[in-house]
Amino acid sequence: MSRHTLSVLVENRPGVLMRITSLFARRNFNIHSLTVGPTERSEISRMTIVVDVESQPLEQVTKQLNKLVNVLKIVELEDDASVQRELLLVKVRADASVRGEVVDTVALFRAHVVDVSPDAVTVEATGGPDKLAALLRVLEPFGIRELVQSGSVALARGGRAISDRALRSA
Amino acid sequence: MAHEPISTPPISTPPAREHGPSGLPLDPTLPVASLTGAQSLVRSLEAVGVEVVFGIPGGAILPAYDPLMDSPHVRHILVRHEQGAGHAAEGYAVATGRVGVCMATSGPGATNLVTPIADANMDSVPMVAITGQVGAAAIGTDAFQEADIAGITTPITKHNYLVTDPADIPRTIAEAFHLAATGRPGPVLVDVAKSALQARTSFEWPTSVDLPGYRPVVRPHGKQVKEAARLIAAAERPVLYVGGGVVKADAAPELRALADLTGIPAVTTLMARGALPDSHPSNLGMPGMHGTVAAVAALQKADLLVTLGARFDDRVTGELSSFAQGAKVIHADIDPAEIGKNRAVDVPIVGDAKLVLAELATAVAAEFEANGRTDIGAWVEQTDAWRRTYPLGYAEPDDGTLAPQHVIARIGAIAGPEAVYVSGVGQHQMWSAQFVKYENPRTWLNSGGLGTMGYAVPAAMGAKVGRPDAVVWAIDGDGCFQMTNQELATCTLNGIPVKVAIINNSSLGMVRQWQTLFYSERYSNTDLHSGDHHAAHSVPIPDFVKLAEAYGCVGLRCERPEDVDATIEKAMAIDDVPVVIDFRVHRDAMVWPMVEAGVSNDAIQYARGLSPQWDREADSDGVSSDDPAAQKVIS
Repeated sequence: MSRHTLSVLVENRPGVLMRITSLFARRNFNIHSLTVGPTERSEISRMTIVVDVESQPLEQVTKQLNKLVNVLKIVELEDDASVQRELLLVKVRADASVRGEVVDTVALFRAHVVDVSPDAVTVEATGGPDKLAALLRVLEPFGIRELVQSGSVALARGGRAISDRALRSA
Repeated sequence: MAHEPISTPPISTPPAREHGPSGLPLDPTLPVASLTGAQSLVRSLEAVGVEVVFGIPGGAILPAYDPLMDSPHVRHILVRHEQGAGHAAEGYAVATGRVGVCMATSGPGATNLVTPIADANMDSVPMVAITGQVGAAAIGTDAFQEADIAGITTPITKHNYLVTDPADIPRTIAEAFHLAATGRPGPVLVDVAKSALQARTSFEWPTSVDLPGYRPVVRPHGKQVKEAARLIAAAERPVLYVGGGVVKADAAPELRALADLTGIPAVTTLMARGALPDSHPSNLGMPGMHGTVAAVAALQKADLLVTLGARFDDRVTGELSSFAQGAKVIHADIDPAEIGKNRAVDVPIVGDAKLVLAELATAVAAEFEANGRTDIGAWVEQTDAWRRTYPLGYAEPDDGTLAPQHVIARIGAIAGPEAVYVSGVGQHQMWSAQFVKYENPRTWLNSGGLGTMGYAVPAAMGAKVGRPDAVVWAIDGDGCFQMTNQELATCTLNGIPVKVAIINNSSLGMVRQWQTLFYSERYSNTDLHSGDHHAAHSVPIPDFVKLAEAYGCVGLRCERPEDVDATIEKAMAIDDVPVVIDFRVHRDAMVWPMVEAGVSNDAIQYARGLSPQWDREADSDGVSSDDPAAQKVIS
């Protein structure tokens, strides 16, 4: 199995997310994570889709996605040529006796405490999957009450934008 | 592609009449300052050149049916079931090459269109389905006759729309027809809220469509075409693997030119029957599960597949891993996602089959000229030998009953190659693909990908509407016929004189054949009692002749071989009403050759228990049998 990150520009219209998830379900493709949000242009949304490729080659995934009329452009972002980030919010057990230790740990990962209560702190961290996994491993012994994690968002490194030619008419 | 102007048909009306019955300008592309959404919808259909719509009104689509009544351009044909409307639109589209249109109301009207939409999607049929939806304010409230038809049809349409703003109607219709007809054709659904049909709006027909995410590549890449030509010139055992895309692209003349130029043996898939004339010396017939031995063997032994608008369907390849193992593959298709989907490809060519074939012929001629070509004489001789040794055949039943293959062959011979043949799904479909000799594209209509029983009668109706001067035969099974025969009422009332041959073996014949072969002759739920084979059910239900007469058709019955020609000729002589013939055929007839599902094409059986001997040189009896008695049961 291999994991690939696709950056997908789509028209910002109702139902586009449904079309994409429906396609993945129908073609038996696996989504590891999917995020979608606005871009610098209001008529275009950008999705970052991390796919697990097993039986189907990645080429089939991108070709099928490209057949969707609302999909404008698909670019695969290679790990070493892109910046990929996930957001983690995690609620850690921390009363007064260990709070200092937790805060020190959080600082080591350049994460932030965003909420404090007498018996817990909520930590916000961003990073790649490896960094966030490492942070969780270190926080685990204190006791994790709950956590939420976003899918990956990613941009290619360098000065160019994938949307530059997206609306070029052929 | 995205900015091609939408062509509009010339309006041939006297200049004096400038307004239609609705009071709107007669030229449907002229703007209108104020009209209802329903009028805008009908006007859009007129502007895009629709001549016929198959449909049924109901609550949500009702506003559209009022202006439709006044349209001087669009004929509406009232069907009896929405599935009939969908298949009729398909039949019209395949027979004419134009976009077929069907219309239904919300909820059950729309869901009844799901089967033909899925069918059109699998067989790349250009179709636009227009459905009413509950009012915009009621969407999502589980209102009466509400169904999320856009959601339901997302996986089975090329694209779909939900329109709630009447101002969007002209642009949406223009886009829908553009999407349906261009690139890889397919069905597009437009769901229009009743509130949008009722609201007032203005009408302006768009001069172009703007779909930035849709730019089908039609012109093939020159380098790939050259590379393909090089492989073709070098191949010792090439085969043209011709699929339905060649028919869709109207590329039959270009295919013939390439076949004539190269002499390469060709196989025409179930969807491509007629793309190359059956009389053409290169045509080995249909490949696949029930293909000819020559076609199946040629693909298996080839060293090069020149794949044209075909998609390596499991019914063609058999067990994929053992399919044409020694062959390099050139794959030309308008849909890039088909290339490499099932079979790895050596030379991919994305493009319209008509342009691909034309450019390929030029490139191949240049390659032959410049570098010569490998002699394929021995290969052509080998494929010819297979064709001579293993012709399609069948045994006449020894009890004096009708052989279904004989009936179908005689229909083909008497109606001739200019007629249009439409089948349902099952044994009769395979026999129709095998025993009717096709000389022209768009004369063979069937449900290939989805395998929809019930396709024949409504699709034949649509074909006859699109090509009123052609003789249209539905060759149907007794099972299939009972799924959609209500459209005979539509045919009679609207002057659509199709001819229907029911190949009545009183059972779900293909399933029965599998039960014979793979389920120890345990015939679970395949006896339809529509013939009179069993004493216990000596009265067939239904009586197809009476049923035909009840629908205002002429009903005929044929039970003896000596009556077949006369019955067919009688049907041919009737051209004012539909004719239905109940051919009572032998129920144990089986479709041969056959490759069992999921096994290698190498294991093709010419008849039950009979395997061809591949490497036998020529015309000796190249048949091996593990059962000497098996020779008798080629039925």
